[in-house]
Amino acid sequence: MTELLLITVAAATVNNVVLVRLLGLCPVLGHGTPVGAVRDVSLATTGVLTLTAGLSYLVDQWALVPYGLPYLRIISFLGLTLLVVQGTNLALRRRHSQLPLITTNCAVLGVALLTTGASASFAGALALGLGAGLGFSLVLTLFTTLRPRLEQAPVPEPLRGPAISLITVGMLSLAILGFSGFGA
Amino acid sequence: MRFAADLPPQWHATVSVGGMMRTVLYALVPALLAHVWFYGAGILLNSGIALLAALATEAACLRLGGKPTAPDLFDGSALVTAVLFAFCLPPLCPWWVTVIGMVFGIGVAKHAYGGLGYNIFNPAMAGYVLVLVSFPEAMALWPAPDIGDLDYLRPDLAATLHYCLLGSLPDGLTIDAVARATTLDSAKEGLGLMRTMDEIRANPGFGDFGGAGWEWISNCIAIGGFVLLLRGVIRWHTPAAVLGGLLTMATLAWLLDPNTHPSPGFHLFSGGAMLGAFFIATDPVSSPTTARGRLIYGAGIGILTYAIRTFGSYADGVAFAVLLMNVTVPLLERWTRPRVYGRAG
Repeated sequence: MTELLLITVAAATVNNVVLVRLLGLCPVLGHGTPVGAVRDVSLATTGVLTLTAGLSYLVDQWALVPYGLPYLRIISFLGLTLLVVQGTNLALRRRHSQLPLITTNCAVLGVALLTTGASASFAGALALGLGAGLGFSLVLTLFTTLRPRLEQAPVPEPLRGPAISLITVGMLSLAILGFSGFGA
Repeated sequence: MRFAADLPPQWHATVSVGGMMRTVLYALVPALLAHVWFYGAGILLNSGIALLAALATEAACLRLGGKPTAPDLFDGSALVTAVLFAFCLPPLCPWWVTVIGMVFGIGVAKHAYGGLGYNIFNPAMAGYVLVLVSFPEAMALWPAPDIGDLDYLRPDLAATLHYCLLGSLPDGLTIDAVARATTLDSAKEGLGLMRTMDEIRANPGFGDFGGAGWEWISNCIAIGGFVLLLRGVIRWHTPAAVLGGLLTMATLAWLLDPNTHPSPGFHLFSGGAMLGAFFIATDPVSSPTTARGRLIYGAGIGILTYAIRTFGSYADGVAFAVLLMNVTVPLLERWTRPRVYGRAG
């Protein structure tokens, strides 16, 4: 249990999927997510990440590894990711006309691929997916509330927009290095 | 900066940026003197280099942005950033480390975001975290404080200058003869080796609470902090919450097992806790404006500092904690926005 908790905490902080693995930057930096939708996007992404991480682990252990097909990981996880994401979109269609950007979130495929190297068990894969989802939600929430401030500040012309957002991601990656050693 | 006059009644604020920065500097003087007393003139040297780098970067950024140079350059904010940055550096520090930290702190953390009043991250802490991550070896070089034990050589002014400019000590002095692990480092290393706190505290570098010498510097910083409180430059919420958060975590762990956890007093008087609580976290630009927001922000810094000191690989976590909480400020302000008078919710 402690081990699972450590996996989750590490995936949310030290190995933060956005700030350290640099996955899922597009929905964080893009201007698509309104503040009101942050909670729903976070919940949906966390659910999708956890589910995909668990399913990819099962596919990997039950199908790919026994038959010596690990080179099919990317293509099979891609299919799996699309299935889960489409399923989630269909299930949540009643709440939102569409959940923006989950489909283009490379973090989903990235975390699915990470589970094959990092997880020793099904529960471990789920914990990794959950931690990655929490880490993504954290960064998405912080950035969405931060963006209006960046837009109002007299940022020098050449640095407006994506440039200052990327600088901010860099600063945050620097700050999150303070967590190095966590979960070790 | 000019504001259009709104409808009366108006209240003339007698505080200016320059006046506020001067008060902060005066409040740092006791700590600066204590630092010189225990560690020699290294901090003055580092402050001077940091100030030159800060002013040069500020002037370059203002020119590039086409803004008038004079009023912003000499409002004292660069001086305060430089001195606070120098407080984080070890007294023996190569000049280029100081310059890199200040160019990053002022150039990127302050002016890329629009200059004074718009920076999201505290410039001094951004500069310090950059050099701490990039040059860990240079940041670990703390000489032994002058506390009366004789077995360590102390670099004099000439040796400090030599190291600062050339990156090496003069002949006859070696790093190993001069440098000593800080108490936070010794505690972390000792606990990693399964020693108990009593065994670790037998090291003569330990004083009553934190490191011998350093705890007095911390005391002087706290005195300066109280001066700021009395003069109304800072409000009590942030420092109380930072120290309270750190103290709560440290006390809980210490009550569980005093052998494997440093005492709460150790946490309070070691590293950057006091400086962070009174001078860094209270930065009016990069901290929340609401009282409840400040309490949450401060508590977050205290708790994260404890967590990084205890579970992380860096000895001190104040700078990281401040940067991490800086980015939560818009969120905290959103949560703690005061209710509009006369409306529900």
